[in-house]
Amino acid sequence: MNKKFVLGIYDDEDVLLHAIENIRAAGTKIYEVFSPYPIHGIDDVLGIKRSRLPIVAFFGGLTGMSFALWMQIWMLGFDWPMIIGGKPHISLPAFIPVTFELTVLFSAFSMVIAFFIVSNLKPSLRVNMLDKRSTDDKFVMAIEVKDGVTDLSALNELLRSNGAVEVNEKEVVK
Amino acid sequence: MQHVSPIREPLVTGGKTYHDITEDVCRQVEAKPNPRWAAAFAISLVGLAIFFYSVYRTLWFGIGEWGLNKTVGWAWDITNFVWWVGIGHAGTLISAVLLLFRQKWRSSINRAAEAMTIFAVICAAMFPVLHMGRPWLAYWVLPLPNTFGSLWVNFNSPLLWDVFAISTYFSVSLVFWYIGLIPDFATIRDRATGPIARRAYSVLSMGWTGSAKAWSRYETVSLILAGVATPLVLSVHTIVSMDFATSVIPGWHTTIFPPYFVAGAIFSGFAMVLTLMIITRKVFHLEDYITIEHVESMNKVIITTGSIVGVAYTTEFFIAWYSGVAYEQYAFLNRAFGPYWWAYWSMMTCNVITPQLFWFRSIRRSLTATFIISIFVNIGMWFERFVIIVTSLHRDYLPSSWAMFSPTMIDVGIYVGTFGLFFTLFFLFVKFFPVVNMAEVKAILKSSSEVTHTSADTMHGTEKELNTNTHTHHRHE
Repeated sequence: MNKKFVLGIYDDEDVLLHAIENIRAAGTKIYEVFSPYPIHGIDDVLGIKRSRLPIVAFFGGLTGMSFALWMQIWMLGFDWPMIIGGKPHISLPAFIPVTFELTVLFSAFSMVIAFFIVSNLKPSLRVNMLDKRSTDDKFVMAIEVKDGVTDLSALNELLRSNGAVEVNEKEVVK
Repeated sequence: MQHVSPIREPLVTGGKTYHDITEDVCRQVEAKPNPRWAAAFAISLVGLAIFFYSVYRTLWFGIGEWGLNKTVGWAWDITNFVWWVGIGHAGTLISAVLLLFRQKWRSSINRAAEAMTIFAVICAAMFPVLHMGRPWLAYWVLPLPNTFGSLWVNFNSPLLWDVFAISTYFSVSLVFWYIGLIPDFATIRDRATGPIARRAYSVLSMGWTGSAKAWSRYETVSLILAGVATPLVLSVHTIVSMDFATSVIPGWHTTIFPPYFVAGAIFSGFAMVLTLMIITRKVFHLEDYITIEHVESMNKVIITTGSIVGVAYTTEFFIAWYSGVAYEQYAFLNRAFGPYWWAYWSMMTCNVITPQLFWFRSIRRSLTATFIISIFVNIGMWFERFVIIVTSLHRDYLPSSWAMFSPTMIDVGIYVGTFGLFFTLFFLFVKFFPVVNMAEVKAILKSSSEVTHTSADTMHGTEKELNTNTHTHHRHE
């Protein structure tokens, strides 16, 4: 199915932020905003909820910690107990470094893998950019066009009056 | 938006726009190799050849090719290992700790510093692996079942902690670095003209579009990764220092080692970052992004950590005397006045005295002086590890087994060879990867560039002003 977008091109982050506020206030739904760098404050004006990735990191870390403790206690305490340096078989203080490292490892990797999955990031040869300049110096606001519903000239006017330097239409072939 | 005090120096000079940043950084990726780069890369390849030859000798004839003897069983290899790992730490400090402290000057140097971390850790890892003598059995350090012929690994041993620390450090740093690279790869992908470049950077950029949602997650991930990488970097050098501190060798068995090693690591790492950055900014004309202000900030870190290291040296000496232990006292007197006095005093001069010159603002802001002092610090920190390792071992409890250590050409070859390895990787990085984090520099451009420092804050203007803006932009199209 093809999707049609109207793209408002901006060249300043503050103009963009004001435009997002005004356009949303006017009742127009913004499909997505593309920018060359993370803009502070855009989450609030676009209504993006805080990412839950830190929760993944926390539980990943918890898993790593439990795994590391279980591994060391089981291996040296139960599977093949040996006296090392006259210390107890299960000498917890000596297990802290490996436990810490595996906590960090699991936490970082679980979060990053979750990030790749939820953001749909995977090696691919073809990327559909609505406007390629949005990885360089332009900020692109995409508004989905519904045939027969959207008033294109009014939308054009709304974007331009809110500081868009350019307004384009683009059709994306799915 | 974010407030920046007017007395702060701009972090991006030369009146750059967003597009200028893209152009300036992508230039060396897209252009044909510059002759200076090609010459430097060729020299690194010679170094790499030396590395392979020395490794071949070590593997074919065994560790006997090195200068080790029964008294000094650890020498250049572990010295080089600790030295390279320490160098790596500055990269994580810049990318993680300074991110948590919201130090914006990190933005233009973090990419190269993190690359340095990764390559330095690769070089470091060569030494313990080669020292195993049979590196093809290196996987035995992993906790593998008994059917492999050994018992479970000894989780009480700091050497095993090192395995976990270094491998975690390497993989987390690599991931952190790669996450930061994704948006910049997307920038290069969208500019690429050749089919190979477009495909390669498409794959590398993993389909990044720069949507607001993705950026929001990206920022969360960066923050959490910085949060876990900060204690990680401290743990790594702490554990490296425990390789020594948990033993019962005089001069090693001290509780001061972890903080002292961490400070030393940051110290040497920043010196290496400066050495590399001063060259990189010159060769690739990045003077507007890596400014004197950046150099000065790093020099301040050097003087701080250099002073901590100086205090640590003095404390060690004091504690040796105060402990009343004859062996400990002898170990330290032997360090300063024994047969390796020259190594000790080289260390003292390079690490404690030279960085103190940075109290002078003119020296802190002089590129030539900074470059020379950064080399001094690198040399001094190498001697520090040499002094700690060799002087503590060569005269042990039994005078009949006292010995001296002198390196063979293979020892020298492996060390020089790791420079070849390091610079080969580094030069490939500067050629094919964006050497400055474009997205992050663009993000600080409005608050920290020269232009915004001078022009008034017009962005909160009325709608009328916005309309005039729109018209002026139309003219360009």
